[in-house]
Amino acid sequence: MNQAVAAAPVAKRKPKETGVPDNKKYLHPLMVKNYGNWKYHDRPRPGVLHHVAHSGDEIWSVRAGTARQMDIFTIRKLCDIADKFAEGRVRFTIRSNIEFMVSDAKKVDPLIAELGKHGFPVGGTGNSVTMIAHTQGWLHCDIPGTDASGVVKALMDELHEEFIREEMPNRVHLSTSCCEINCGGQADLAIIVQHTKPPVINHDLVANVCERPTVVARCPVAAIRPAMVNGKPSLEIDESKCMCCGACYPPCPPMQINDPENSKLAIWVGGKNSNARGKPTFMKMVASGLPNNAPRWPEVAEVVKNILSVYKEDARPWERLADWIDRIGWPRFFEKTGLPFTKYLIDDWRGSRANLNSSTHIRF
Amino acid sequence: MAKKMHDTPNLDQLEDGPWPSFVTGLKDLAKEKDYVVDLLGQLEESYKTKKGYWKGGTVGVFGYGGGVIPRFTELKNADGTPKFKDAAEFHTLRVMPPPGMHYDTGTLRQFCDIWEKHGSGLIAFHGQSGDIMFQGATTENVQKAFDEINEMGFDLGGAGPAVRTSMSCVGAARCEQSCYDEAQAHRAVLNTFLDDIHRPSLPYKFKFKFSGCPNDCMNSIQRSDMAVIGTWRDNIRTDETLAKKWFAKHGMDELVNDVVARCPTKTFQLKEIKNVKKSDSISSVAVSDTHAIEIDNRDCVRCMHCINVMTGALSPGKDKGASILVGGKSHLKIGGLLGTVIIPFMKLDTEEDVEKLVDFAQRTIDFFAENALEHERTGEMIERIGLSNFLEAMEIEADPAMVNSPRMNPYVRTDGWEAEVAKINAKKQAA
Repeated sequence: MNQAVAAAPVAKRKPKETGVPDNKKYLHPLMVKNYGNWKYHDRPRPGVLHHVAHSGDEIWSVRAGTARQMDIFTIRKLCDIADKFAEGRVRFTIRSNIEFMVSDAKKVDPLIAELGKHGFPVGGTGNSVTMIAHTQGWLHCDIPGTDASGVVKALMDELHEEFIREEMPNRVHLSTSCCEINCGGQADLAIIVQHTKPPVINHDLVANVCERPTVVARCPVAAIRPAMVNGKPSLEIDESKCMCCGACYPPCPPMQINDPENSKLAIWVGGKNSNARGKPTFMKMVASGLPNNAPRWPEVAEVVKNILSVYKEDARPWERLADWIDRIGWPRFFEKTGLPFTKYLIDDWRGSRANLNSSTHIRF
Repeated sequence: MAKKMHDTPNLDQLEDGPWPSFVTGLKDLAKEKDYVVDLLGQLEESYKTKKGYWKGGTVGVFGYGGGVIPRFTELKNADGTPKFKDAAEFHTLRVMPPPGMHYDTGTLRQFCDIWEKHGSGLIAFHGQSGDIMFQGATTENVQKAFDEINEMGFDLGGAGPAVRTSMSCVGAARCEQSCYDEAQAHRAVLNTFLDDIHRPSLPYKFKFKFSGCPNDCMNSIQRSDMAVIGTWRDNIRTDETLAKKWFAKHGMDELVNDVVARCPTKTFQLKEIKNVKKSDSISSVAVSDTHAIEIDNRDCVRCMHCINVMTGALSPGKDKGASILVGGKSHLKIGGLLGTVIIPFMKLDTEEDVEKLVDFAQRTIDFFAENALEHERTGEMIERIGLSNFLEAMEIEADPAMVNSPRMNPYVRTDGWEAEVAKINAKKQAA
């Protein structure tokens, strides 16, 4: 019998289950004072919002782009700027832009100059192309088909001029996603990995790594079934059914979906979360087959810039990308952008009949 | 001083250009930390081979079942040792932000100090679920970092089949369009579900998002299982001074083409002042000495367009609250779903009002936990069982605001029709 006495367990710190913290102590004092009592706003220049309260108080918010994934030196630099110009308060937008709030119009220009000096682009307001909502990619994700921060850096370099200006017909939201799960979300224009080959299965590992019924259940087209391969319990794929979505890969990493050559990038347009004008819409695929060409993805940038420049040229004020296409129609969209309309862009998923043209509404 | 940098010819190309570079940031960190030197080594390898090299695992903090995203390197030498040994573990802590993502610099500096000591020094503001992501800590350091972050008054967010971290817009703090106190609702709801956030045991994830108006800056309708979107029931408010100021600056062409023509229900009209109708449902305001705007609010769908264009001249009414939509989600498994209206309007002015929202959220999650299949989102569950069954479980009456149109097929058994009509009539009479 083992006489050794088990070491007394080290007392572990219990978490304080405090949940979502109160934001009141982080708000700029003018925002506390006028909470819920704002009257209107305008934009004196790109990157600056000017809000006026019913009390007559005014606040200016200066918005700047960030890399989102920031090192502590950069964050401390932003804090220095906030302490010097913005009464020590900042907030972040959903698209990882930082906002500095100031209570005096005279502080706006020096703040912008300071941000410029340290390489933070000021913009992203109103009808600009704002920062790309994105994901983790090769830096941190366990299932990425491509990178995220790098794609965004490369694209924002190209779109920088449209970030610092307000010259688009309406705001332009972009997103990128490094697999078809689309963590980057809906946007006016999105770049999403599109796999083109079924997963390659390592049958030696499946039995030990994957809960097979879970994987079978995960497939949207029921293309996966249990099988014995080389005398081991594994899974097999009906490749005629498989549409290469990669849903099986997260629960079963031995079903490798990522492929350096055959995992391509697709471009989607026309997502709109706002209820303004038309109802919210999901985006639609308009291009695919673009190479995953790190480190700067020039083929993707070319298509994105082309779509945005045609939109900028052709859309009327306040038309979001979806509104513009509603007006000009899909044939004209493909004509104007020069993008090929292939058979793969005809929806055949459930509910797809609603996406077909059941009318004689055709523009010639 | 850290060890020598690996060659990173691919990543180096992401240091040029006008946009802030995360690579430059990582290199700055790598001057002090071997950890980040090796992180850059692995990332460069991904750029070379176009493959990811992280796998998940099980790492957490004492007392919680989620909130940490474990990452272990899969990039190994022939003998099984990690190729970049100092970055063999690179876990992320998801930390819930304050509503509206407001911070003071003291808090941000404290985050930096903690993460300099225990982590890689890389922080993302914010992840797609809204978390502050403290990216990169060893298994050993996860607990230490969490303890210090937790002592500051911050708590871990959700991961896996759990209630997830939420987001709310800037809202009442700085936006004239705000229709309820987003921060109050956000905290009241989320902090009710801390157990479901920290100990994942639902069929799948459940997300709440809070947007103060129908512009829905939080993408709640597309990205959350329960979207709380501010709206109002009474008339659009007007301000003649700002309306005339807007018109003086923008003129007739813009008013007609950008506002009148873009009203989705054509309820926004431009009229000669003498022809403007007066009624309880009409908002009108002069834009010049001769012309005025006339909006019949009964036909207004609260889309926000005219208010967005003519901010201040037009603004949401005073009888504010929120619409609640349920079931939004992205592609997997059955395809993307937008949220569906379940509660067309609810007041959120008082704590009692907010309690009703919390109660609805609680009942929805209870039903989801009981009835959804494994890995099935709320929207998919509703699609499977039908909205009527969900409404019955939630004890909510059917309302035409919930549909685009009534049924387009006869495939329904209607032998309960008379009983339903009788119920509706009885209710009408009682009211």
